[in-house]
Amino acid sequence: MMRSLTRISAVFFKELAQLRRDRMTFGMVIMIPLIQLILFGYAINTNVRDIPVAVVDQSQTALSRILIQIVEATTVVKVTERLTSVQEAEEAIRSARVRAAFILPDDLSQRIVRSPSVGLETPPSTDQETSRPVAQWIVDGSDTMIAGAIKSLRSMPLSELNRQPPNRSTATFEVALFFNPEQRTAINIVPGLVGIILTMTMIMFTSAAIVRERERGNMEMLINTPVRPMELMIGKIIPYIFIGLLQTVIILGLGHLLFNVPFGDRTLDLFIGTLLFIGASLSLGLVMSTIAKSQLQATQMTVFVLLPSILLSGFMFPYEGMPLIAQYIAEIFPATHFMRMIRGFVLRDATILDLHRDVLWMCGFFVLGMFVAALRFKKKLD
Amino acid sequence: MSGDAADIVVRAQGLVKKFKDFRAVDGLDLTIERGMIYGFLGPNGCGKTTAMRMLTGLLTPTEGTVEVLGLSVPKDAETLKYKIGYMTQAFSLYGDLTVLENLDFMATIYGMPAKQRKKRIGEVMERYSLTDLKNRFAGKMSGGQRQRLALATAVLHEPQLLFLDEPTSAVDPESRRHFWEQLFDLVEGGTSIVVTTHFMDEAERCHKIAIMEAGQKRADGAPKDLMAAMGANVVEIEGPNLRDIRRHLLGTDGIMAAAQLGARLRVLVKDEVPDPEGFLKAKPETDGATLIEKVRPNLEDVFVTATGEGRQ
Repeated sequence: MMRSLTRISAVFFKELAQLRRDRMTFGMVIMIPLIQLILFGYAINTNVRDIPVAVVDQSQTALSRILIQIVEATTVVKVTERLTSVQEAEEAIRSARVRAAFILPDDLSQRIVRSPSVGLETPPSTDQETSRPVAQWIVDGSDTMIAGAIKSLRSMPLSELNRQPPNRSTATFEVALFFNPEQRTAINIVPGLVGIILTMTMIMFTSAAIVRERERGNMEMLINTPVRPMELMIGKIIPYIFIGLLQTVIILGLGHLLFNVPFGDRTLDLFIGTLLFIGASLSLGLVMSTIAKSQLQATQMTVFVLLPSILLSGFMFPYEGMPLIAQYIAEIFPATHFMRMIRGFVLRDATILDLHRDVLWMCGFFVLGMFVAALRFKKKLD
Repeated sequence: MSGDAADIVVRAQGLVKKFKDFRAVDGLDLTIERGMIYGFLGPNGCGKTTAMRMLTGLLTPTEGTVEVLGLSVPKDAETLKYKIGYMTQAFSLYGDLTVLENLDFMATIYGMPAKQRKKRIGEVMERYSLTDLKNRFAGKMSGGQRQRLALATAVLHEPQLLFLDEPTSAVDPESRRHFWEQLFDLVEGGTSIVVTTHFMDEAERCHKIAIMEAGQKRADGAPKDLMAAMGANVVEIEGPNLRDIRRHLLGTDGIMAAAQLGARLRVLVKDEVPDPEGFLKAKPETDGATLIEKVRPNLEDVFVTATGEGRQ
């Protein structure tokens, strides 16, 4: 037992010394979270604004110009082109100069007068004339998020045209937004970014760990020593656990400073959860390292895990929106469980106990990964 | 274990290693006694490295049994690792670690307590002239320096038996001489050594050698005994047209081999020829020769008679 610990420490200090001299890797440890946080924190935004649109104003009245201004005032769209025909508008959408076109018909004034959204009168709902919309949007519907944003304009109130206050209709449902009432995307993205960056760096570092010994010719010497596979695995991952924790601190700390993302009060839960995720990612990396024949292959395998971790884990798209099979696949990846955990701890004040299923799964993944890696590591050349 | 068996450090019987259809080692029997340098001599690809790897437990034999220091290999290979040292053919220590860090890593891996570790590392650095190089990166050292470091790490845990796989292939002759002196110092201290080589002069320094070819042992014994028993006499011819003489002699009855060494032609004449010098002088091809004399055989002659076409 004592000997075992001594050997683990030998591997640990050796890895540390090598890591310290590997300026490139050491730089990545700090730069990857820093750059990605700043880039993604500012860039990723699911609240769509200022969509470029074209306007085809066939009525050319004061009313039509005011209507365009009201629509622009929502900041959802921004008029970048004024065209004369619908054909031109379609052409502009096809060539991606604009994402939508706003068509105002020549009988606009008549339509507006009768429209209930203006609130001049309340005509019977059976009246054919009144159920005609005021104007039309032609939308590039291929991007569902853009289409959704413009659809939200469909029933905008137009009482401002009549210099009346917008009618305060009673909502059917009351919606109370917990945890992120201002609906800022960064609140959701920054904690998730911890999961993505840890997946990337942890798996990338360890997937090269074993195969590097082989590529550099150290393996034959190493397997001639009494070191046991499990000792080698444990000694190799310990330095990266510290690196992972350091990266987490950088991302959450900077996220707090730059994007005002809360830390939450569950520091201990967050620490344990992050530790488990780091462990699970590292053990997955080690398993890959025992499979890969070269460092290049190890990197390719990293990408194979990284993509689903970004796309299926709930980092970018809601987990619940995926078909059941995709959800099952997503459950395999540690990142999916971690997304749930870190958002829970940081944003919703959840505890380890609230998320015990993810915690248990992560523990299991870590232990299994370590055993598989140790079993796959043969102290033989044949 | 009987007293006799205790003096045997390696015992292998019917050792076979197949890689797919290729028999890298093909029915090898070995008995290596304690306290000597035992050499595997053979060309590249003759199976000497494969044989050594089976002895250390790195490769599992396809057939046959191996017993090293009384332990059955590969079953007890992990216990054996504390008792043997191994120096790989290519430098396999960490190039991005310093001499001291490499030694410290290996000493710790072998479970040496901190105090003993420091003392022992100091000893080997002193003995192998590494003290001045201790903060040098292993990757930035010369071939000779690396080899000293590799030997220092291999003997760090004071193994009873040392395996050296072509230890001098990357070093200059001066370092090689020095290296062999160090090996004899180790033997004096009670270590047994198994070494592979393709250098004749190195093989000649071994107490005993096994000549390997195509995975098989062609001959074994002390170099001197092998020379005495090689079944041929060596005659050197001096004179003009040595290339012609060689061409004519090869293929003649009674001639085993002929090779030119500078201005002389070295001819191996079979033992069955009673007077080798007279036999060659009688040949019409050697008319122009200025000198024909019988010389002492060397290990290369043994190698030639034991392997290839010279084999009987």
